[in-house]
Amino acid sequence: MAWSVKKAIVVGASSGIGEAMARRLAAQGAEVALVARRHDELERVAAAIRSTGGKAHVHVHDAAQSGEAAPLFDEIVARLGGLDCLVYAAGTMPELAEGEFDFAKDRAMIEVNLLGAIAWCGPAAQLFSAQRGGTLIGISSIAGERGRRGNPGYCTSKAAFTTWLESARNRAARDGVNVVTIKPGFVDTAMTRGKAGLFWLISADEAARLSLQIAAKGNSASGFVPARWALVGFVVRWIPSFLFRRMNF
Amino acid sequence: MDANLPSAPPGSSRQLRSAASLRVLDGFGGSVRAACRTLVPSSTDELAAMLARANDAGVAVAMRGAGRSYGDAALSRDGLVLDACALNRILSWDPSTGIAVAEAGVPLADLWRRALPDGHWPAVVPGTMFPTLGGMASMNVHGKNQFKAGVFGEHVQWFDLVTPSGALVRASRSENAELFHAALGGAGLLGAFARIALQLKPVESGRMKVESIPVGSFAEQFEVFDARRAGADYLVSWIDCFASGSAVGRGQIHVANHLHGSEDPRAKESLRLEEQELPSRIFGFPKSQLWRLMKPVLNDPGMRFTNLAKYLSAKLAGRGHTYLQSHAAFAFLLDYVPGWRLAYGARGLLQHQLFVPEPAARTVFPAALRLLQERGTPSYLGVLKRHKPDPFLLSHAFDGWSLALDFPLGRDGGTRLRAALREVTEMVLGAGGKFYLAKDQLLEPGQIERAYGERLDRFFALKAKIDPRATMQTDQARRLFPERLRALREGR
Repeated sequence: MAWSVKKAIVVGASSGIGEAMARRLAAQGAEVALVARRHDELERVAAAIRSTGGKAHVHVHDAAQSGEAAPLFDEIVARLGGLDCLVYAAGTMPELAEGEFDFAKDRAMIEVNLLGAIAWCGPAAQLFSAQRGGTLIGISSIAGERGRRGNPGYCTSKAAFTTWLESARNRAARDGVNVVTIKPGFVDTAMTRGKAGLFWLISADEAARLSLQIAAKGNSASGFVPARWALVGFVVRWIPSFLFRRMNF
Repeated sequence: MDANLPSAPPGSSRQLRSAASLRVLDGFGGSVRAACRTLVPSSTDELAAMLARANDAGVAVAMRGAGRSYGDAALSRDGLVLDACALNRILSWDPSTGIAVAEAGVPLADLWRRALPDGHWPAVVPGTMFPTLGGMASMNVHGKNQFKAGVFGEHVQWFDLVTPSGALVRASRSENAELFHAALGGAGLLGAFARIALQLKPVESGRMKVESIPVGSFAEQFEVFDARRAGADYLVSWIDCFASGSAVGRGQIHVANHLHGSEDPRAKESLRLEEQELPSRIFGFPKSQLWRLMKPVLNDPGMRFTNLAKYLSAKLAGRGHTYLQSHAAFAFLLDYVPGWRLAYGARGLLQHQLFVPEPAARTVFPAALRLLQERGTPSYLGVLKRHKPDPFLLSHAFDGWSLALDFPLGRDGGTRLRAALREVTEMVLGAGGKFYLAKDQLLEPGQIERAYGERLDRFFALKAKIDPRATMQTDQARRLFPERLRALREGR
């Protein structure tokens, strides 16, 4: 049977990959709960979805407020009357100057990229385990493959999220839950706009299309988006430490 | 304030729930599961505080013991589940009177192990030693001696119940008698059992004399039960649910009797715990792995063969084959193969127990087994027992019979099975029958209303007094009594 989603939550749905995922899921016929911080942006996405005949609800929530995730999750699931997919796409990467350490920035990244992710994905994984089915999609990053000099906080948050998703997969896969880790390379979103040294840049919509393609395999896949980043990921992982510390990557 | 509860103002239902850990829980059959917000109170005071907090905040609460109810009786998708596993102290045990006072989360295994060396055995035990006393009280469980000893509640001297407001209420036959007869068997809908005083029965030997009687049909089953009931302490029959035609209902009856000290030369030694342990290996296999061997035969042809083989071996042993067996070995058949339910695979199993009055059972049971065979959904295991009435409000027993049936869910996830069992349920209800909430996951509101009738009015009138906000709720209660719970919450 083809993979299909009927009721989905997308956290981080007001822009970037999250918005594109929400639109694509809605276009496939899913009723989508859009969760993000900015109300106006959410309404814009919801209006776009509704204009093409899709169903969307808007829920304002700051992913950094992880304590509010569980009750809101319950509320949304009750409103949707069930759930078979959750996408966690909220993420933040504040600009860091060369050699800068700023705890507030690191903390924001951990709160949104990791704690918010766990707070949303945890209940979803349990619900999917109990109902023996469902797809959990985490938008992690290739940045989690290695601790690069540029942004320790970001790399840490993504490495931890990738590991968390792997644990969730190993815990829930035997219940038929599809836990999908997406590791995008450079995607043209607000997060990357204006940054130097970008290559193989793809649009958020293309990233969403490829991500859903990986999820549709239904086999708890973990994938780079686009796939050619797997090569980069492989090389980066195996560069010896004494060389890696000399690189500006 | 205890450590498990967040310091939120009263009424903060969202915080109360999200502070609890989210666990995937299942019914014992494994075919119903739910992600449940679960807290584990570590004392009666903490239990009372949690209940009161939930009650104030409008959060529903379900109690859970060992999770041995087959269906959704100890699950709650909404609200909180309070797991009683840490309330597990035997508070007192008096060998001279045979009365034990214990917290509700004490597993039956702890109780009999404490009491047997002193020459006592629980008067009523189910087929497994792992349920908690609170769970057994909530469901008012029965054993292979229900026709004689009645249900669990008949041996309860008194209990302390924590009501949803957090108050501790004692009930016995002379004090709060209405509550006593409603909470025992009340499926956890009136409050949480905190302490239970239970009367155990004296035994002189740790062993019983067990007689096996192969029987070729339902007619023979009923005949042997009728003939042996008066003289038996325990009476139970296994039924081969694949047998058809005139052999429908064939199986093997076990009649068991306690031994007097004079009948057993090893009476005293046999009370020792080491004489009671179940075998660690069965047919040479470590029993913890045995379910893996069962898995390949848990299908229609495999079980048809297994049932036939079991019947033939009983027949080969002959009528009146007698042997001695320890209490634990005779009582806790379900514990021989730990994890046996896993053999049914990821979808689990469904158990349905039909209660039909005498004499209607004599026609309904054969018809039910034939119907299940015709629908292509034969039961893999059938167990026949005799019952007598008891004084409890939501009693599942009466002067009649029960037939417990285990089923695999099948490749279609149980669609065909549920349709067939719907027909069986109608047959049972048409004959004035009932169902047992510990083994129910299928009944619909109209069906439970027909089975229990005006007793439910009385039960919910009492609930309105004790639990006016309908705080005590389970997934099962919401499935069976949606209108009654709504009316209570709306103050109608």
